[in-house]
Amino acid sequence: MSDQKQDSTEPAAASGGPAPSRRALLGWGGAGLALGAVAAGGAVAAVRPGSDPVPAADSGAAVPFHGAHQAGIATAVQDRLHFAAFDVTTKDRAELVSLLKEWTRAAERMTAGHAVGDGAYGGLAAAPPDDTGEALGLKPSRLTLTIGFGPSLFAKGRFGLEDKRPEALVDLPKFPGDNLDAARSGGDLCIQACADDPQVAVHAIRNLARIGMGRTAIRWSQLGFGKTSSTTPDAQTPRNMFGFKDGTRNISGTDTAALDKHVWVGEKEDAGWMTGGSYLVARRIRMHIETWDRTSLQEQEDVFGRDKGEGAAVGKPKEHDEPFLKAMLPTAHVRLAHPDSNGGATILRRGYSFTDGTDGLGRLDAGLFFLAYQRDSRRAFIPLQRSLAAHDALNQYIQHVGSAHFAVPPGVRDKDDWWGRALFS
Amino acid sequence: MRAVRFSVVTAAATVAALTAVTGCAQKSDGKGEGALQVVAKDDSCEVSKKKLPAGHVEMTVQNKGSKITEVYVLFPDDRIVAERENIGPGTKATITAEIKAGSYEIACKPGMKGNGIRQKIEVTGGNAAERSPEMDKAVAEYRTYVQAQADETLPKAKKFTDAVAAGDIEAAKKIYADSRLGWERTEPVAESFGDIDPKVDLREDGLEAGQKWTGWHRLEKALWHDKKLGAEEKALAPVLYKDLLDWQKRVGTADITPTSMANGAKELLDEVATGKVTGEEERYSHTDLIDFKGNVEGAQKSYELLKPVASKNDPALTASLDKQFAALNTLLDKYRKDKNSYEFTSYEKVGKADRKELSDAVNALAEPLSRLAAAVTK
Repeated sequence: MSDQKQDSTEPAAASGGPAPSRRALLGWGGAGLALGAVAAGGAVAAVRPGSDPVPAADSGAAVPFHGAHQAGIATAVQDRLHFAAFDVTTKDRAELVSLLKEWTRAAERMTAGHAVGDGAYGGLAAAPPDDTGEALGLKPSRLTLTIGFGPSLFAKGRFGLEDKRPEALVDLPKFPGDNLDAARSGGDLCIQACADDPQVAVHAIRNLARIGMGRTAIRWSQLGFGKTSSTTPDAQTPRNMFGFKDGTRNISGTDTAALDKHVWVGEKEDAGWMTGGSYLVARRIRMHIETWDRTSLQEQEDVFGRDKGEGAAVGKPKEHDEPFLKAMLPTAHVRLAHPDSNGGATILRRGYSFTDGTDGLGRLDAGLFFLAYQRDSRRAFIPLQRSLAAHDALNQYIQHVGSAHFAVPPGVRDKDDWWGRALFS
Repeated sequence: MRAVRFSVVTAAATVAALTAVTGCAQKSDGKGEGALQVVAKDDSCEVSKKKLPAGHVEMTVQNKGSKITEVYVLFPDDRIVAERENIGPGTKATITAEIKAGSYEIACKPGMKGNGIRQKIEVTGGNAAERSPEMDKAVAEYRTYVQAQADETLPKAKKFTDAVAAGDIEAAKKIYADSRLGWERTEPVAESFGDIDPKVDLREDGLEAGQKWTGWHRLEKALWHDKKLGAEEKALAPVLYKDLLDWQKRVGTADITPTSMANGAKELLDEVATGKVTGEEERYSHTDLIDFKGNVEGAQKSYELLKPVASKNDPALTASLDKQFAALNTLLDKYRKDKNSYEFTSYEKVGKADRKELSDAVNALAEPLSRLAAAVTK
């Protein structure tokens, strides 16, 4: 520790009134704030402006946390991401369950623009504040928090979940060209935080990680900026780090038929607790930016199968014109990734660009943090990636370096429900 | 150790507490007759009154000078009660502290340098926080512990510094880590004196311009990195011993309160989290795990003494702390063959994944430990 402590809150003598622990406070949510003098100040302090739920179209507003499906999947893609994968360090199932309940209550508060627990200040002076405070005064910024359960959570002898592991939650196969770093792969749990303000997303993960200490530990995490696909088709299609529009044909967040068909797990098709959930594949894809930038425009466009300016498929004038796949090179990325080339396999993408400094060789450590949601990865991501890994012309410019697969349970219905209830009950 | 600035936690908590807060989060009970205005200029430090009642004192500091300043509340012996740094020209800051009856000095330091411009104040009567007999007992036992650690350290330190002075590298290396154990167990108390810690436990990267590097780590580098003991090192050995003797003499006078014990325990874990798990503390000798164990033992001692009260106020917290202390100790035991020995694996040989595991266990303990002070002040 160095001088960073100089402004910290120092111990004070007894304050009057009861002093509930942070964990106890978490359970109070927005309702039970009548905790006496200690909480009274904190309750006021805890509310950020703009916390009344208003339509998400208004940037800065709150996205409803409760619903049949978790927010953060079909939700209009926010500008920023903080994604974290956790190892569960406790061996005690009851502790894991109580953590999931605490996380749910904290997520409810944060997505509504409230601080965690008793807030970031105004509470007991002798204790660290419940909330870390860096999101105070910021709008909810359409924060969504989405949880997923990894295959390792279902391992035999851990939490008694081996019989509940969905068949679709397979261990992803090794794809040709993968150069996976174990320290950036896997995880028992994941939390995806998306928001229009990076500070809000980082704040959310930080507070959940803190609540989890002793029961979970962050295994790896990824910050993302510049969404690389959109679930709002009327919006301008975002561009990836290669400068190409990405996600022209992504599933629209309002297309319930397509979502039901390709994204949400149906009744009785899998483990019952997954009905209304989805499967998430996360891949950290390193892009060889420097070699790409030395590549001719012609080759760049050939590699994708679309032009760089408009984003139109080969031979077409407009971005949204139906592509004629056979006009593209057989190795073109768009041709290989298209549902028509993959027996209709369709995924919902929510990827983000990342740059994590340089790699020690003077190259930008940058790329795409690919996030795909689907009803069954065995019928969507896996065949798709098999085909891409084998033939995609883009492969000489990219490498998959991190990988994880998660079962994303259905939404939290109301204030009594919690993340994973159906799995653990 | 804290490379640049020492934690004010223990020093401040000697009186009871201070809360350095921003203007928008003042404690309401700091207002009224306890309020004190300080006007800091480049050549003056005016206080609105010289006599105050004890209890919560709120100070409003106005920097009307042209330089950035800092304001301290000091004991007569210069120990810090409360402080506020980086008060820009034309800005205001608030310091709240709980102060017991006694004499103090307010120091303004324009330019954040030197001894500052000082004003004496007297604090009388008032309503200082009451302490329970149970807590007094905990404090008394902890004081005994701290003294015993210092007393046990000195003969070991003597052995170490004698070996260095004699140029006996092997003998010095052998006793080096052990000579630090008592210090590591009680570091926050030693740090509360402010001046001893930088003399004995500073690392090279913590040196300020013009500061002479002395102490254990200076000799550690000579022993393990330079692998030789020159005249300078031999001369520094008795200096270290003398500084530790000073510590042993003064440690009994340290002001200790239940909150300073609780926060000291948390600080020991912070030390582990920032210096030991990274291998920075003992970068040449790689004896970090011994310090690590010492820090944990010291934290556990504070905790055990406070537990009777804490477990009444917050049984869930003490249950969690019991569990996490046990888990961390079990993990540490993996790195020594014999549970009664302090011969731990060289930290060089602890791989990345194992360091992560240690770090996770430290976080798991430090997080609930940060709530111990609240549990004993309820």
